[in-house]
Amino acid sequence: MATRFTRRRIIAGAATLAAISLLATGCSSSLNTSSTGAAKSACGTVKLAMNDWVGYTADAAVFTYVAEKKLGCTVKQSSINEQVAWQGFANDTVDVIIENWGHEDLAKTYIDQQKVAVDAGPTGNVGKIGWYVPPWLAKANPDILDWNNLNKYASKFQTSESGSQGQLLDGDPSFVTNDAALVTNLKLNYKVIYSGSETALIQAFRTAEQNKTWTIGYFYEPQWFLSDVALKKVALPKYTAGCDADAAKIACDYPDYTLNKIMSKKLATSGSPAAALVKAFTWTNDDQNLVAKYIADGKMTPAAAAKKWVDANPKVVAAWLK
Amino acid sequence: MAVAPIDTNRGLPRWLTLPRWVYVVAIAVAVWLIAWRMFNGRWTLPLQSAQLTPLHLWLNDVNAWVRDNRDSNPIFVYFFDGIREGVGAVGSVFSRLFVQTDVGLQLPEIGWLGVVALVTWLAAAVGNYRVAILTAVGFTAFGVLGIFTDAMWTFSLTLTAVLFSVVIGVPLGVWAGLNAKVDRVLTPILDFMQTLPSFVYLAPLALLFLIGPASAVIATVIYAVPPIIRLTAHGIRTVPPTIGEAADSLGVSGRQRLFTVLLPLARSSMVVGLNQTVMAALAMVTISALIAGPGLGQLVVQALQSLNVGRAFVSGLAIVIMAIVLDRVTTAASRRAQISARQADPARRRRRLALLGGTLVLVVIAIYLSRSVLWAARFPAAVNVGDALSTVIGDFSSMVQTSMSLITASLKDGFTFAIINPFQGVLTETPFFVVILVVLVIAVTVGGVRAALISLACLALIIAVGLWEDAMVTLASTLIATVITMVIGVVLGVVMGRSKRVDQWLRPSLDAAQTMPAFVYLVPFLGLFGPSRFTAIVAAVIYAAPVAIKIIAEGISHVSAETVEAAESNGASAWQTIVKVQVPLAASSITLATNQGLIYVLSMVVVGGLVGGGALGYDVVAGFSQGSLFGKGLAAGVAIVLLGIMLDRITQAAVARRRTRSPGTGGRVRFTTAPTPATH
Repeated sequence: MATRFTRRRIIAGAATLAAISLLATGCSSSLNTSSTGAAKSACGTVKLAMNDWVGYTADAAVFTYVAEKKLGCTVKQSSINEQVAWQGFANDTVDVIIENWGHEDLAKTYIDQQKVAVDAGPTGNVGKIGWYVPPWLAKANPDILDWNNLNKYASKFQTSESGSQGQLLDGDPSFVTNDAALVTNLKLNYKVIYSGSETALIQAFRTAEQNKTWTIGYFYEPQWFLSDVALKKVALPKYTAGCDADAAKIACDYPDYTLNKIMSKKLATSGSPAAALVKAFTWTNDDQNLVAKYIADGKMTPAAAAKKWVDANPKVVAAWLK
Repeated sequence: MAVAPIDTNRGLPRWLTLPRWVYVVAIAVAVWLIAWRMFNGRWTLPLQSAQLTPLHLWLNDVNAWVRDNRDSNPIFVYFFDGIREGVGAVGSVFSRLFVQTDVGLQLPEIGWLGVVALVTWLAAAVGNYRVAILTAVGFTAFGVLGIFTDAMWTFSLTLTAVLFSVVIGVPLGVWAGLNAKVDRVLTPILDFMQTLPSFVYLAPLALLFLIGPASAVIATVIYAVPPIIRLTAHGIRTVPPTIGEAADSLGVSGRQRLFTVLLPLARSSMVVGLNQTVMAALAMVTISALIAGPGLGQLVVQALQSLNVGRAFVSGLAIVIMAIVLDRVTTAASRRAQISARQADPARRRRRLALLGGTLVLVVIAIYLSRSVLWAARFPAAVNVGDALSTVIGDFSSMVQTSMSLITASLKDGFTFAIINPFQGVLTETPFFVVILVVLVIAVTVGGVRAALISLACLALIIAVGLWEDAMVTLASTLIATVITMVIGVVLGVVMGRSKRVDQWLRPSLDAAQTMPAFVYLVPFLGLFGPSRFTAIVAAVIYAAPVAIKIIAEGISHVSAETVEAAESNGASAWQTIVKVQVPLAASSITLATNQGLIYVLSMVVVGGLVGGGALGYDVVAGFSQGSLFGKGLAAGVAIVLLGIMLDRITQAAVARRRTRSPGTGGRVRFTTAPTPATH
């Protein structure tokens, strides 16, 4: 038994030796210390939360490209769930959320109470949420775009999941949805089926357009997929201020969302040029859809897509950097 | 097999000689169907998807309280932040070594060439030269796929998590091995940790430890530590008592006894535990990406947002490669531990050590190079087949979807209307007390009174957390998926068990199916079947079938060769040999496979929730991402665990019964690590 342990010890010793020889050659790779890497500007590192929809990726890609190439910042992206990302302001793991959809409760906690984040102004994008149908369907039956006619077509939307009712497909559970209440309150013969993810929802619409099958579901814009398959929005009873006050009694369309940027208090008060860029960053829904389409449909890397857009829109970018 | 069982049914026609439990279950099911017709839709305890119970609301309040007091309460500021910083510090040692540093070009301390050389050498040292070659090829492949840095993130986080698992797990395992009371307390906790879907504790974890690599490591440790505790305890417990007594008679102290007798003898079992821990840690790669854990998981998750199947596949492939390399290396290490526990030829050992010592020089040179020349530090971007591969896979996937989706959609519809809907209907539309009664009858007949009592407790708790109807929907899908899993398992398992060659061909794809993150194949499935319960079932079957196949194949291949030969020499055809000899003698393996299949299917419930599976899986997903559903998600997670415990105990009891009944296969005791499901 003693010999076995000597063998172990030799191997352990050798491993330690390797580790020591490593450390002995200096604490840092000589390549790093002798590097001629770009001189760091005053900007430093910006930690950017990456939420999980491609429109967000488009915003983030262009912001990252401009911050790195024009301002010399280092942008660290880390993908985090939409609502979880806000926690990052509290412990310095997130500096910027570049496209925020509402979330008044979180804004209250982190902006008003804990004072670790600030509102950095609108992105220029207007968010719409609602019920959409594939373009072939809107073309074949134009009256479907009025909610009053939905019951007429309910049987066409039946699936294996919804049984005798029409299927209304919902997506990512983290998104705002009143669909269940809407179906009840508008007395629609539909059943909300929760697909559980954005991916599932988009794939369902894509298949529907391809195979000309009947599908109706929750969707939103700006969204890259719309430049791929131009889904048509169904008009629900018009939104009026306060009509969505009682969640259980909602019987009106979703409001328009003014999308905004959130940044950590720390970054906002640091005087970094990155903070100024976050505040100045605005563009249109079309801009975002275009970049998102480069990424999602053209299968370009986000960085390449951002470069393509920035090169084509020098004036917009120049205005951000003023 | 000396005494033939007395045939009490002599004289009856053959079809009447079925075991008694078949009749009991049949009667129970008949009563159930009648009750379903009679009380259709009454007392079914439904809960709408946005509806909450007081328990759920209370959990929401707890969540809100923690969020509001996170940065002022000393428990958080000192205790949780302390843990987070400790874990983060250890993690950053590995990430600086392999991934990146903060200075200059941000190159890691050891560039890719050094890493490949080092891990190859280590594989040779703890294993053998064959796994060393596999390691070299595997790690180089990360570079060729163009994702070396991401792979190193995953590698570093896995190492960190495994290190913490060992530091926590081995002492606990030793304690549990020496003290039966501790073991009894620990076992249910470990069961709970392994069956609780990791999605459930992501949100609370992110709340306590905040997002980032440290939380990712902690989440991974929770899931990965149970196997090493279990197998360390098992190793200690199975040291023959005579050896312990011999040591006692020599007058050694407790400490000496542990370090010189028990631990060395338990070593091979501990290495098996290490292997399972490593695999479990890798299973968490994509999940931990959801709380900002860096690495390959991030690539998978990002690729899927743009439905980029090709890119997701390439990253998934890297995860599979890493899993296979680490699995083979640790397996080789455990074999070496067994060999050295016997005695090896001293001359051979000397030669081996000389060789290892010599090659160590090469490793040092490689590390030196990787710190001083750029091509050895950063993997050359020119060598990259990842993009080409992702395009090919992406094109192939969309081609299959385009050409097949109409056929597959009608397959889905047919299956759903014929099987899923009726079965789910029976479970959800019968009054809850009838369902409970039926489950109890089945549990008593299949498992025994103990199993029935546990089932009763589980079902009562499911009602208490307010999610009865969702639990029944999930139970329906789970059972259907398990039946399909078992059909596939028996067919392929028999083929594999009977032929060594089929085994060799099939095994790598089984390993891949088990380690490939489910997220990767979900998109093509969504294209083929749409978001539905059927899609969720298919995903679960893909994940669970390999385990069932492997266990059954092992059972079949261990049916003694003489028995098979005897059957064949009596003129039995291949079919007769299988049906009359091999399958019956492998019955205990098949029951065990059912148990593991169920647990694995259940671990996919949450993934199913992402593709239209609905019910408990969706509740958990929604609870993770929607603050107002936090409490319900947590409750749904607990409900999944309760279903898991119930199904596990019933089938385990059935396994135990089979063992005592059929001496034919009882000779070889198979050790299982209880439920070892891996979420994706």
